Amino acid sequence: MESSITIRDLELSFGAVEVLKNLNLDIGQGEFLVLLGSSGCGKSTLLNCIAGLLDVTDGQIFIQGRNVTWEEPSDRGIGMVFQSYALYPQMTVEGNLSFGLKNAGFSKSEIAERIDRAAKVLQIEPLLKRKPGALSGGQRQRVAIGRALVRDVDVFLFDEPLSNLDAKLRTDLRAEIKELHKRLRNTMIYVTHDQIEAMTLADRIAIMRDGKILQLASPKEIYNRPASKYVAEFIGSPSMNFFDGKIGENGQSFACDAGTFSLNGYQFGEGGAQDGTAWLGIRPEHIAVGTEAKTMPIQLEASVQHVEPLGSDTLVRVLIGDRRLWVRIDGQSEVADGDALNIGFDPAMANIFDKTSETRL
Amino acid sequence: MASKRPNQLFRNMNAKVSAIPMIVTALFVFVGGTAWTIVYSFTKSGLLPRMKWIGLDQYERLWGTKRWLIAIENLAIYGLSMLVLVFVIGFILAALIDQKIRFENTVRTVILYPYAMSFVVTGLVWQWILNPEFGVQNIMRGLGWQSFTFDPLYNAEIAIFGVLIAGLWQGSGLVMVLMLAGLRGIDQEVWKASRVDGIPAWKTYIFIVIPMMRPVFITTLVLVVTGIVKVFDLIVAQTGGGPGIATEVPAKYVYDMMFRNNNLGQGFAASTMMLVTVAIIVVPWAILEFGGKKNNG
Ligand SMILES: Nc1ncnc2c1ncn2[C@@H]1O[C@H](COP(=O)(O)OP(=O)(O)OP(=O)(O)O)[C@@H](O)[C@H]1O
Ligand SMILES: [Mg+2]
Repeated sequence: MESSITIRDLELSFGAVEVLKNLNLDIGQGEFLVLLGSSGCGKSTLLNCIAGLLDVTDGQIFIQGRNVTWEEPSDRGIGMVFQSYALYPQMTVEGNLSFGLKNAGFSKSEIAERIDRAAKVLQIEPLLKRKPGALSGGQRQRVAIGRALVRDVDVFLFDEPLSNLDAKLRTDLRAEIKELHKRLRNTMIYVTHDQIEAMTLADRIAIMRDGKILQLASPKEIYNRPASKYVAEFIGSPSMNFFDGKIGENGQSFACDAGTFSLNGYQFGEGGAQDGTAWLGIRPEHIAVGTEAKTMPIQLEASVQHVEPLGSDTLVRVLIGDRRLWVRIDGQSEVADGDALNIGFDPAMANIFDKTSETRL
Repeated sequence: MASKRPNQLFRNMNAKVSAIPMIVTALFVFVGGTAWTIVYSFTKSGLLPRMKWIGLDQYERLWGTKRWLIAIENLAIYGLSMLVLVFVIGFILAALIDQKIRFENTVRTVILYPYAMSFVVTGLVWQWILNPEFGVQNIMRGLGWQSFTFDPLYNAEIAIFGVLIAGLWQGSGLVMVLMLAGLRGIDQEVWKASRVDGIPAWKTYIFIVIPMMRPVFITTLVLVVTGIVKVFDLIVAQTGGGPGIATEVPAKYVYDMMFRNNNLGQGFAASTMMLVTVAIIVVPWAILEFGGKKNNG
């Protein structure tokens, strides 16, 4: 795949504070990449560097094969959508869409045509004569997307575009953005700290922490085989359960205070099996209960501490000794506080992380 | 359960009670005083107010007086120039600071400092600076430029501009900080959006940022205009209305008539004219600004 955006050895500091550290990234043509990470990890900073809104301290940025490191944002062939919409409040929707184009010297007919096309795609035709103040949050964000759309660019950048919307609208607009991407096949980079947005939208997710990319992979890969304990904890809610123990017998078993588990079926990464202290992590949804637990290679006895019915499924917090685990079970099951519960899981679904490096083994 | 809508009169009772002294003061002092002044402007009051009705005589005399006409003309020149320049200078300074020049705090303090001085001090300072024997002219001649002439306060034609310089020096700082506050209130993402759109900074200011700062502009406008209409102490301190009557202004005319010429009736008529002028400007604006809002929410 030919790459649409290439970032080489990017560094960015605000004064003495290093925000991005030696960052490399290749984004394919037409790819939907999501930058995911906790607040302050440098997602927006990276996006602003790509957009040209921040001057990089070191390194290079290529868009569509062109070195744009020192080019103005408007010359980079990008469109950008912001969290606060950033519409021009004194202009109508039409004015917002056309202002940049007029300034760039496009002909009236060309502008009208582009606005027309964008308005159709985003279903904002009835709003064209209104001012942003008279629009709902969802409509405003549509207009903001329209402003990027009329630029007719190869690359779209989104900085938490849905964070200011309520839950229902967020789901709707998320689907629309996905739809838009399928239709336009532009390269899109999308910043969020909402993992559901990330999982649903992304072709690939880049998990960031402290200005570095920890893992860059498909949502499935990140969910199933997180590269480090941090990634494992960050993705999934409630987050992955961990057993603190030791790998032994050349990677055949894992011993912890809940017992000794056979690791038969666990796929070690490229480094292969290594004995030593480690974390064994298993997701709440990969733990079986009741009769199903009896079929699992690893079985444990637990007691129910706390139940959270969510409707579609139920979250149960169980105790094994004094270790707490979250288990996700079917919404129709009947469990109550204090019940004894058999639980079990398959080591093939687990992830093991080295205690010192915290990377997956 | 309260099923009836509570009486509007008794809502926020505490706030209403505590506002009463201010309302009473406003009514008696401002409204009462104004009405009294207007009524007595139709009388033949001299040293003391006297209820001797003479109709529009005072106004006819007022508009027949050269000194009053010059005062009005000066106010127009000073007012318009001040209004335009103080906004332009204040805004440009604010924009420069907002573009993150260095030493922001120092610059801000230096420029705002004159505002902390009284007009009397400003007037005296600029009287010296513009004085040909001690000020700029003297310095330039001292540096060897013997033919250099800069004595606006001694030239009746341009004396009012000498006052204007002092007024600008004093007033720009306030406009600057107000504008700066307005600029700082603009969402940074709007700036980013306009850069992505490829709009040059000056166009962003004019077409996007300034329209967004409308409330700040209106507040500043009210402060600046009231400052202009009542300009008085600056003139008294800097030129005393001179040379001759070249820098007379309406407020000074009122003061002179009432307290030096013992001609209260004339002073009342002049101040009523000032009130009418302000009303002509303020009332339509207030109706537009506040009257319209009620109807559409
Ligand atoms: N103008 C600035 N000057 C100094 N430090 C900054 C500046 N902008 C951002 N930072 C710092 O850079 C780091 C990364 O900021 P950034 O805005 O990229 O985070 P983010 O990942 O987008 O977080 P969020 O999810 O909260 O938006 C933060 O620690 C922040 O404090
Ligand atoms: Mg951010």
